[in-house]
Amino acid sequence: MKQTSGIDALPGELLMWVLIFSELLVFGVGLLAFMAVRLTDPSGFAEAQSALYRTGAALNTAVLVTSGFLAAKALEYRRKDRRAQARLSLVAAAALGCVFLIVKGAEYAGKAAQGISYETHPFFMFYYLLTGFHAAHVLAGVMVLLLVAWRDETGNIEAGAQFWHMVDLIWVLLFPVVYLLG
Amino acid sequence: MKYESQKIALVYFAVAMGLFAIQVLGGLLAGWIYVAPNTLSELLPFNIVRMLHTNSLIVWLITGFFGAAYFLIPEEAEREIHSTKLAYLQLLILVVGTLGVVVTYVFNLFEGNFLLGKEGREFLEQPKWVKAGIVVAALIFLYNVSMTVLKGKKTAITNILLLGLWGLALLFLFSFYNPSNLALDKQYWWYVVHLWVEGVWELIMASILAYLMLKLTGVDREVVEKWLYVIVAAALFSGILGTGHHYYWIGTPAYWQWIGSIFSSLEVIPFFAMMAFAFVMVWKGRRDHPNKAALLWSLGCATLAFFGAGVWGFLHTLHGVNYYTHGTQITAAHGHLAFFGAYVSLNLAIFSYAMPILLNRDPYNQVLNMASFWLMSSGMVFMTFVLTFAGTIQTHLQRVLGDYFMDVQDQVAIFYWMRFGSGLVVVIGALLFIYAMWVPRKEIIERGATETPAE
Repeated sequence: MKQTSGIDALPGELLMWVLIFSELLVFGVGLLAFMAVRLTDPSGFAEAQSALYRTGAALNTAVLVTSGFLAAKALEYRRKDRRAQARLSLVAAAALGCVFLIVKGAEYAGKAAQGISYETHPFFMFYYLLTGFHAAHVLAGVMVLLLVAWRDETGNIEAGAQFWHMVDLIWVLLFPVVYLLG
Repeated sequence: MKYESQKIALVYFAVAMGLFAIQVLGGLLAGWIYVAPNTLSELLPFNIVRMLHTNSLIVWLITGFFGAAYFLIPEEAEREIHSTKLAYLQLLILVVGTLGVVVTYVFNLFEGNFLLGKEGREFLEQPKWVKAGIVVAALIFLYNVSMTVLKGKKTAITNILLLGLWGLALLFLFSFYNPSNLALDKQYWWYVVHLWVEGVWELIMASILAYLMLKLTGVDREVVEKWLYVIVAAALFSGILGTGHHYYWIGTPAYWQWIGSIFSSLEVIPFFAMMAFAFVMVWKGRRDHPNKAALLWSLGCATLAFFGAGVWGFLHTLHGVNYYTHGTQITAAHGHLAFFGAYVSLNLAIFSYAMPILLNRDPYNQVLNMASFWLMSSGMVFMTFVLTFAGTIQTHLQRVLGDYFMDVQDQVAIFYWMRFGSGLVVVIGALLFIYAMWVPRKEIIERGATETPAE
């Protein structure tokens, strides 16, 4: 008996979609919890938020979106059998991922220098939890991109790009809520 | 029975069912102590009775898993078990260890001895020598089944089952680490307790359930495997960081409250998926398998696991709620339905499926087995409800109003009486199940009736 459902229409690996869905749930719930707790102390959250380095985060947004573009290009190249270009794009995407991590690291170091930790204010606990989890995914994503640049079957690149776009998407959701909205 | 070595399962199932009987009788005694607290207080104190109730549960469930693995791996791998002798040696070690624990505890032998005495840690009380024995037995088991699978056909079901069983054995190693700092002790101790029942045991559960669905409904292996992978992914994704829901009040940093709340809330998903899986397979399946009891237990397992582990777990998993309900009868309600639904029913499902094949008398007395399902399930569900009511009242009186623990206990006594009654029903059901498994031989159900479904 063949299963004929919408699930089969999804491109790429089913399990990758399960992972993406789960990740979006986790970060979505995390952001909701953050916004709910912010309601209990709007001024405290606004004050804490003003300590964030917004320019760096905006730069990181540009870096990550560009990186996502390169990962998408890589899949396109691979489908046209231009393997060297595909690999180059993946490595470039991974390099931009590293740039993101360096900027993020500088941001964390700056916070630490100011004596700000996750215990300073509930805002910072959510800040570290959400952006920290995300940064861990960026790190994992960089490794995935390099892995699929090495093992460059089309299916692998597709799965890697799927994962990388998810990391991208989550950042685009985190950035306004954590850094900008007050 | 296609393979001679599947017979190993019979002995494992026998030991498991023996311990099952002891476990529920111990539970009945503990339930009685709740209403008549001085019962045996000198001879067999409540903490020992409770320890026997929970530990014999874990031991018989694991023995059942081992038996299930010895039963289904030859069929999946399409070859005999690597060594029958090793399988029996493994069981012997486990039985000696279990008896050692019981004797050491009941008579409090070797108190304070590093190797022979009890450790006094909840759920990991075993003396060191027993822990070492468990590791040796687990190594023998893993060697035996891994060799079988490596030489034979590899299927998704055996891969996931082995992953679960390897995880079970490796995580148990954390029980050897016993830091003197109580907060640290608890932190590592959950690596065994939580990562078992909300992690690797779910893999074992999903794979055994998948095997049963494959056999009972006749749905394509391809479809079953797709479900299996999704369930396993969801279980590990939510379950591993879900450990955080044990770290709320033990002295770990506050961020665990959010990590635990968020990830453990998602632990409902794999249990819901397992329930959906079981029912969808039955609806899609073309095979009308005569073993209706095994099917009833399988569907009951998936359903009660969703409610007991999933819904009742979520009930008190958010840290804002748990702040009030922690350690009340709400926990006991969840614990009972979760273990019964997920792992007891799973074992009873595979027993119901395998025993008629192993004893070469299928199908046999299914009516008694199905009656035992309804007795045990309704008893357990009723017990869950009364303990939930008791826990709700206890939470309000003790945690919100600040009444004294023992005063509150007096006020919820009526629920403890009802819990004892429902426990009695469960024990009757359990004994009936064991009787139905082993004793009746003659009541053969007409095969012809099942070939033409009355629709």
